[in-house]
Order: sequence, then structure tokens, then C-alpha cells
Amino acid sequence: MNQSPSGLLPGRSSQPGKRVLPGFALSLGVSLFFISLVLILPVTGLIVQTAGMGWAEYWAVVTDERVVASYKVTLWAAALASIINGVVGLLLAWVLVRYEFPGKRLMDALVDLPFALPTAVAGITLTALFAPDGWYGQLFALLGIKVAFTPLGIIVAMSFTSLPFVVRTVQPVLEDFAPEDEEAAVSLGASDWTVFRRILLPAMWPALMTGVALSFTRSLGEFGAVIFIAGNMPYVSEIISLMIFVRLQEFDHAAASAIASVVLVASLILLLGINLWQARYLRRLQGR
Amino acid sequence: MLRKSSWLSKAGRIGSSLLLGASLSVAQAQAADQELLNSSYDIARELFSEYNELFAKQWQEKTGKTVEIKQSHAGSSRQAQAILQGLRADVVTYNQVTDVDILHQRGNLIPENWRERLPNASSPYYSTMAFLVREGNPKNIRNWDDLVRDDVSSVLPNPKTSGNGRYTYLAALGYAQKTFGDDQDAIDDFLRNMLGNVAVFDTGGRGATTTFVERGIGDVLLTFEAEVNNIAAQNEGYEVVVPKISFLAEFPVTWIDKSVEKNGTEELAKAYLENLYTEDAQRLIAGFYNRVHNETVKAEFADQFPEVELLPVEEIGGSWENVMKVHFASGGKLDQLQRR
Repeated sequence: MNQSPSGLLPGRSSQPGKRVLPGFALSLGVSLFFISLVLILPVTGLIVQTAGMGWAEYWAVVTDERVVASYKVTLWAAALASIINGVVGLLLAWVLVRYEFPGKRLMDALVDLPFALPTAVAGITLTALFAPDGWYGQLFALLGIKVAFTPLGIIVAMSFTSLPFVVRTVQPVLEDFAPEDEEAAVSLGASDWTVFRRILLPAMWPALMTGVALSFTRSLGEFGAVIFIAGNMPYVSEIISLMIFVRLQEFDHAAASAIASVVLVASLILLLGINLWQARYLRRLQGR
Repeated sequence: MLRKSSWLSKAGRIGSSLLLGASLSVAQAQAADQELLNSSYDIARELFSEYNELFAKQWQEKTGKTVEIKQSHAGSSRQAQAILQGLRADVVTYNQVTDVDILHQRGNLIPENWRERLPNASSPYYSTMAFLVREGNPKNIRNWDDLVRDDVSSVLPNPKTSGNGRYTYLAALGYAQKTFGDDQDAIDDFLRNMLGNVAVFDTGGRGATTTFVERGIGDVLLTFEAEVNNIAAQNEGYEVVVPKISFLAEFPVTWIDKSVEKNGTEELAKAYLENLYTEDAQRLIAGFYNRVHNETVKAEFADQFPEVELLPVEEIGGSWENVMKVHFASGGKLDQLQRR
């Protein structure tokens, strides 16, 4: 921030009750205002719409057999998609940080493509590619594997839309990583694998976990990309977002909000858990 | 009478329809004397852009005023939702009676007896559900009972998310009722097997068309007769099969009383819809493979529309309200049939 340096003068900062960095009240105020506007308002709307229904009704809606089946499908697919992203994303971040090669800038830019592309376009494109007569679909068909219109397709769509999360969280950590630690380990006789496992991975671990968790929660709520490739067979390839969509089509806003609240709470718990775990992990790492 | 439409209300309108995923296409760029917003269903885009031209010309001849007609197209349930949430569309032209009914029930935007305000129960044209099969009809699919055969895989939009899919479900139900009479178990088995043969449930009619035509999935596509004929006319390698019994799919239209009052477009809105029943308009509509009421036009297009026994919703399930409750509501017949 380009504030006047007077706030950083020792004479003023040492006064009791004054912070070293000026502008605390203003910046916190603005942040809180935007958080309430962008996050809390929609969430309140969700709660208000759900509040119209009794507890028994709420429970009946969120534990409906078909809805429960969609939780399972969505959770499994999102989990697998984010694990795949964890591995592939780590590799991509590694390649982008550690190596120099022609086209590196282009590849770096391409990583963000899934964010830039409208998800529906991504869904339709992936479906075209993975359908039995599509470019990739034909190859998979030779192996007897069907991707489009099966749960496998859901995983593909989810991985695609949430890959940048892992790359973009791991990349800066790798860039800041001082080579001295690795050099010291190598000079002490550590193998490449040991260096990776004992030096690099512990440092990247919190960022990687955050990336994977973000990728997971993003996948839980994905609609546009998944809906075209899923096939939407009841109990087999229906995702939670579709269940919400169905309730909206029935003009049943309360039920739609009820199902959405389950996703929201699950995502919040997961993200909060990851944050707490990360704080503990970092404390341990630094306290060692 | 000039419509007062501030920049803000216009932006709000466009914003809210964009938010709901609807697309709003502006028919004419230059400022017109009057404006009309038609909120319509997904696959009527081409039909109404031609009709709007026809109407605008006739309206100018009659009143000397130019009119700019805006169209908004999406799934008709979603469209009705947008109107309930404040989109001030002047007229609706939908493919489901229930989506118009909801405008009375939830928002009281139109009177309960809206169906009595225009001829043919406010449905200027109608269609039915038909089959599109691959060239030469390799699986020999002729009628509804072919859809339950083990070797047939079909594509239809999800009845939970699409009126198109609901019509197909009701057509199959009507056929089963005619075939099995009072044997409820046989009817249920038939429907269960038919739904079990579905390869992909897309959320809307156009999605199902894409899956069948572009992705090559399934042996038969079930959708509106109009859509089936349009595909067959525009693409090589398909054949149209119209079953002997099918569902009477109505396309209800009405003006939104609360909107036209505010927008000052009552006269224009009424004329726009009444004009759909004229011979010229009916000919245009029939050209898009929809069945029409006008006798002259009917005779002209006779060979385009094979004889079908069309079952109205009243014969299959009493009323729309009842059918929605019994079959399509959460936990209803459809959910039970799709249970594992």
C-alpha cells in the first residue's frame, strides 16, 4: 500500500493503541462490507428460503433416496477428480517452475483456460471429445471404456474445470523455495526421492492440500460442465446440482435451498478444517 | 401511445433475463414506436423471429406504428420463473399449460380463466410426440411398444427438467392405458421398461437432439413432431416415425395483464396473439411442422401430418394439476418408476 510513511515513524507507531500499519479500520471495513455483500447476503437468502419448511420436511428433502444417491456420486467423482488434479497439478506446477523450455509462457497461460471458458462450453466440448464417436472417445471405445454419459465423464469434467486451483496454489510456494535446502540435503548424500519426500513435499504440502480442497469444493457445485457429459441417469450419474435444478424447475425453492444448504455446509466444514489443519501444520513446521 | 421505458428498467430486464440464462435477441436496432417482449420456450426461436416480422409489417399497415418485438427463449419453466421474479414480459408463448398456470397461482399476474380468452383454449397451434430413427430404421421402430424391447436404446429429455420429456412420458402412458386397460401393473411395467431403455437424460429438448444427432447415441430420439421433422429436413440419414397414438401437446399463449397494464401495451399484446390465428400466421407456423387449426392451411399441409389419435391430458390423467401431482411431483409415479 502506498500510504504516507508518517504512520511508520517510530514515534507514532510506539504510541499505545496505534498500529504500525495505518488504515486498519478502513480496510477492514471495506473487506467486511464486500464479504457481507458477496457472501453473506446470498447465504442469508438461502437460509430464509429454507426456513419456510419444518425440520421434518427439511430432513425428508435432504435424505430422499435419489438425492442421497446424488451426494454419493458427486462426492466420489469430486474426490477422484481432485486427487487426479493433485497429482497432475503438482506435476504441472513443478514443470512450470523448475524447467525452462520454449512455449513455457503459453503453457502457463493455458493453465487458466478452464477458468476463462464458460463451463457449459467446456461441458459440450468435453462431451464431443469423449462421446463414443469423438476423438478421445473412439480410443477409449477400443479399450471397451465408456467415458461420456457415465460417472467417468463426471470426473473428467470436474478435473477439467478445477485443475487451475492446484497449479496456482502450489506454483508460488515452489517459486519461493530456496535451493539451499535441497543442495544441503544432496551434499549430505540424500537421493532425489528423499529430497523430494523430506524437503520439497513438506514445504508444498499445505499449498497442495489447499489446492486439492478448493478443487474438491468447486467440483461439488459444478453444474454447467458436468450436466452435458453426465448422462444424468437416476441413481447412477445424477449430481447434486441437478437435483437442485430439478427442484427449481418444480418451483420448489425451499427444497432447492435445502439441498444447496447441505452442499454449502459440507464445503464450509471442509475448507475450515483445511485451514485449521494448515495452521497447525505450519506451526509444527516452523517450531521444529 | 409511447411506452415509457427508462434505461434502468431496460437494463434490469436484460440483466434479469441474462442472469437466468435466457437469451434476449433484439429484433430491430433502431428505435420503434412501440416495444413488446415475448417470453417463449427454447426451440421456438426461429418460428417467432419469422412471425415477428410478419406481425410488425401487418401492425404498421393497420396502425401506422412501428413495433419492436424482443424475444426471450429458454426452458419455459425457467422463463415463467423469470416473470415471477419480475421480468415484465408482455406476452408468453410457452409449450406447457402448467408454466402459464403458475403465473396465476404464484404471482396472480393473469386471471384464472386465461385459457378462455383466445380460441382453441388459447393454443394457436399444437403438436405431438414423434420418433426420429436412423436411416432405414434398422431397429424397425414403429410404435411405443418397440421402445421397451431389450435391443432398443432411446434418447429423450429428462421429464423432471423438461416439458418435452413430460409429454413423451404422458404419450407412453396414454399408449399403455389404451393397450393394457385397467391393468395398472402392466402399465407400470411398460413405463419402467421404457424409461430403463433411455441412454441419456438431457435437461432439455435441444440437448437431447444434440446427443442423438451429433453424438450418435441411441436408436431413437423422442421429441416434438415439429423438432423431429426439422432435424430430418436439415440432416441426412434420419427418418421420421409418427406413432398411431400420441399425446396432444398444446402451445398456450396469453398476455400478462399486470405487465401490459404497466407497459401500456395491452392492445398491441392482444393483437400480437390474436394474429397467430390468422391464415398467414397459421401457414407460417405449419411451415415449422406444427399442427394448426385453420382448415385451409390444414388442407394445404395434409400430407405433412399423418393421422394420429391425439390423447389430451384430460383423457390420460384428468387435468394438468392432477398429472403434475400424481406423476411428476417429488416422490410421484415417475420417481417410483425410476427407483432402483
